[in-house]
Amino acid sequence: MEGDIVQMGAYIGAGLACMGMGGAAIGVGNVAGNFLAGALRNPSAAGGQTATLFIGIAFAEALGIFSFLVALLLMFAV
Amino acid sequence: MATEAHGAAEPGLVFHPMDQFMVKPLFGEGAVGIFTLTNVTLWMALTVAAIFALLVLGTAGRATIPSRTQSIAELAYDFVRKMVEDVAGKDGLVFFPYIMTLFLFILFANVLGLLPMAFTTTSHIAVTAVLAMMVFLTVTIVGFVRHGAGFLSLFWVSSAPLPLRPVLALIEVISYFVRPVSHSIRLAGNMMAGHAVVKVFAAFAPMIIISTGIGLLVTPLSILAIATIYALELLVAFIQAYVFTILTCVYLKDALHPHH
Amino acid sequence: MASEAQAADHVTESATGLPQLDFSTFGNQIFWLLVTLVVIYFILSRVALPRIAAVLAERQGTITNDLAAAEDLKAKAVEAEEAYKKALADARAEAQKIVAETKAAIKADLDRANVKADQEIAARTAEGEKALAEIRDGALDAVRDVAKDVAAELVSVMGGKADGRSVTAAVNARMKG
Repeated sequence: MEGDIVQMGAYIGAGLACMGMGGAAIGVGNVAGNFLAGALRNPSAAGGQTATLFIGIAFAEALGIFSFLVALLLMFAV
Repeated sequence: MATEAHGAAEPGLVFHPMDQFMVKPLFGEGAVGIFTLTNVTLWMALTVAAIFALLVLGTAGRATIPSRTQSIAELAYDFVRKMVEDVAGKDGLVFFPYIMTLFLFILFANVLGLLPMAFTTTSHIAVTAVLAMMVFLTVTIVGFVRHGAGFLSLFWVSSAPLPLRPVLALIEVISYFVRPVSHSIRLAGNMMAGHAVVKVFAAFAPMIIISTGIGLLVTPLSILAIATIYALELLVAFIQAYVFTILTCVYLKDALHPHH
Repeated sequence: MASEAQAADHVTESATGLPQLDFSTFGNQIFWLLVTLVVIYFILSRVALPRIAAVLAERQGTITNDLAAAEDLKAKAVEAEEAYKKALADARAEAQKIVAETKAAIKADLDRANVKADQEIAARTAEGEKALAEIRDGALDAVRDVAKDVAAELVSVMGGKADGRSVTAAVNARMKG
């Protein structure tokens, strides 16, 4: 019984942790959208900034991956 | 949940999305020692073989007008070299073979891991943590060797107002030490997540065997989803290799030119 | 419990957790990873990268050389064109000269022939005129003789006695008028 409650808590926590991925999704969309907006205003400067774009996406995405990892840990490791 | 999934007698759908990441000995059963030949060994060896095939056998002709494989090898060479040169600067080119090694290993491990029944070596924290720690140590050592204590100016943001600087320095130091963590978990997490998602959809695919009514709807949908996620994963496999490499270059730039 | 059995137990146990967090496999993974990285590094730094760099450099060299050669050939082509144009112009000038010379020669011939023909024509004309004058003179004399004869005959018929001198004078006077 006690174990079941712990497991239930872990699963609920995993679900809650997954909400962080939504934040990462917003962040990645923000980065990409703003890049596109800027690129359309000044297309000639856009080519040199793709590396920056990917770095920004990577940083935003890493945080979502962290929350995904927390969810996995709660599901499988706790 | 996982224990339930392993109850073989249970009918219905079986979910074990994480089984694909298990490290198993290639021959027989038993414990996994340090030198045991495991599926890790196999897929890393295949990675080496693929890199060898592309970069050594593919360029064996040394043709002035390149064949297709040679063009790809040259493309990869130019791609990474340009990245190192643009991001880390000319003096970063000393590290070009090292960065090329990282890039090719990650790229090929990611892509080979997408083959059905494959084992994705880069989905393991152990592997990516070693890669990230190697980068971290390289950057730190190079920074101190090149600049001595001057490397610490990386944390002292001289363009900020003076009262803010200690706070910023603390943040910079923390973010510096978090780098290998995020660097490694980003790669492993991306690989793991994508493969697990494919596996979850794959578990839904045999629904038609269990229940024809629901299966007619679920099975095509899940197969479509697998195909879509797979395409996305191909993109992710490349982008993660690219991101890992370019972040390495960015960190290397910090070591070579620590002054903001 | 034997260590092997324990280890086997551990393997099955690990299947229930997250495989990535099964620390018993870390040593194995790290070992093979390092082996792999070292192998890749040596493949790249000893064989692949120098070779590709050499190929790229060679290609760059070939392209540069080819461009230079092309530049050379272009210059040569321009030169050849110049020469051709010059030759053409020369030939044209020569041809014009020849044409002019020929024209002049023909004209000279023609002039000469014209002059000769003119002279001949003039000579013939003069000759003809002379002959005509002679004929006319001859005709006048004949007319005068006939007129004298006729006049003498007429005088004699009319019963007069015609002396030659007066008849002649009369005829001459008449002919003049």
